[in-house]
Amino acid sequence: MDFEPSEEQQMLIDQVRRFVREEIIPLEATMDPDASELEPADHKRLVEKTKAMGLFGIDIPKEYGGPDIDIVTRVLLAIEMAQHRAGLYVPCYGTFGGAGLAQIFEANEDQKERYLYPTLRGEKKAFFGLTEPSGGSDPARAIQTRAERKDNGWVLNGAKIFISNADRAQYGIVFARTDAAKGRAGITCFIVDNDTPGFHVRRVVHTLRSSHYATELEFKDCWVSDHQVLGEVNKGFAVANDRLTRQRIPYAAGCIGVAIAAHEMAIEWCKMRSTFGEKLANRQAVQWMLVDNEIDIRTARHFTLEAAEKARRGLPFKIEASIAKLTASEGGGRVVDRSMQIHGGMGMTKDLPLERWYREMRIRRVGEGPSEVQRMVIAREILGSNLR
Amino acid sequence: MSVRLRLDKPWKPLTAEEATRLPGQLGVYQIADAAGTVLFIGEAGARSPFGLRSELQRQFAERGAGCQFRVEVNQQYRSRWFELLMVHKHDHGALPPDNAKNPPPVLGRLSPA
Repeated sequence: MDFEPSEEQQMLIDQVRRFVREEIIPLEATMDPDASELEPADHKRLVEKTKAMGLFGIDIPKEYGGPDIDIVTRVLLAIEMAQHRAGLYVPCYGTFGGAGLAQIFEANEDQKERYLYPTLRGEKKAFFGLTEPSGGSDPARAIQTRAERKDNGWVLNGAKIFISNADRAQYGIVFARTDAAKGRAGITCFIVDNDTPGFHVRRVVHTLRSSHYATELEFKDCWVSDHQVLGEVNKGFAVANDRLTRQRIPYAAGCIGVAIAAHEMAIEWCKMRSTFGEKLANRQAVQWMLVDNEIDIRTARHFTLEAAEKARRGLPFKIEASIAKLTASEGGGRVVDRSMQIHGGMGMTKDLPLERWYREMRIRRVGEGPSEVQRMVIAREILGSNLR
Repeated sequence: MSVRLRLDKPWKPLTAEEATRLPGQLGVYQIADAAGTVLFIGEAGARSPFGLRSELQRQFAERGAGCQFRVEVNQQYRSRWFELLMVHKHDHGALPPDNAKNPPPVLGRLSPA
């Protein structure tokens, strides 16, 4: 496969690169190093710019008014959009717009009117309620939140943890067990409004990501009507599986973007910095670290673009998406770590973005399916589906 | 696992001497009037030259005598600051008066048990 960008793709890459370098990075020079939000006036101004670029709502499908960016181009742009301090988790501070959760595109027409379209217009935000204190990597077995039939609806009881944006969202997608005997086939997906009685955001969960916290939720006799069931009862995991696997690919691309930015900083630094009368760039120990960075970046880029290309062609891409996520999150972490080592003491400070990338990149090996689960997915594909 | 949502350390008088004794670390702090009513919840982020010390020295310079303060050293100063604001809003129905003048652009809602 040829992964050289086409002329049109290169034009878009250059456009986004300029946007990051001329609009985003200068703002970060005066912001708190852990900040995840722009001042509202800056955000509004930059959204106008991305709209003028024709790239606002970049993840919204064409049929819903999005800019019709194919997944390969999306990956190439995601690599660019991540190349600033907050870029791993809030690329360009959301100025390219969001598309909402993948599952909500599978909603029925009434639900689309109430949730999807307001989300696409930026009027509503959603959270994704899957992980529980009992675990997140194996949700089919870990989910203990129960939903029981009552008065043409369901009563939810249970807890969720590590849920982003639940305190700021207007609604969420919540997975609950509707048939205790059926395991994976006993989970249903519900849409829960945040003002539903019995729904509580109990606390902030502090993590390595200081700026973008998670929350813990409680459902206490939280009644929702049948109209809030997303998809079919007991088929919660069937909702948007393809879309979710697709999301893993730009997720990998974000890691590559940060790795490239860290690597470029390390190259610049070792050309300038001398120790014991010699530039760092002339020392073999440093050269080898840079070479390993280059290999990690190229490997991750290759596998991520391969996954994107297969998805674009409509070919099976599950295994490729897992390899992409694995190589990008693990390789990206190594690149940031080596780049910090090359910078010495400066690399540890909040004066540079490296320490933030180091903390946030660590989470990438766990979020969106940990490395071990990705390896399990790949192993199952290699060894056959009867592997347990 | 014990989770402390609220900052409930004893208040100290906000004076130049007390502020100077503070560590130069990152964290969060509260300023209250003499009766203990919280006026402001702040953060000492990585742009503060000497972290909590700089922030409280600045607060003293601006407010003068008669206030109290308490601090918490915290590397997660940003999420902890949001948490304290949300918990205060839940407990009192509004942000502290000096935060309400310039609230953060987006603040979530918490309902602690």
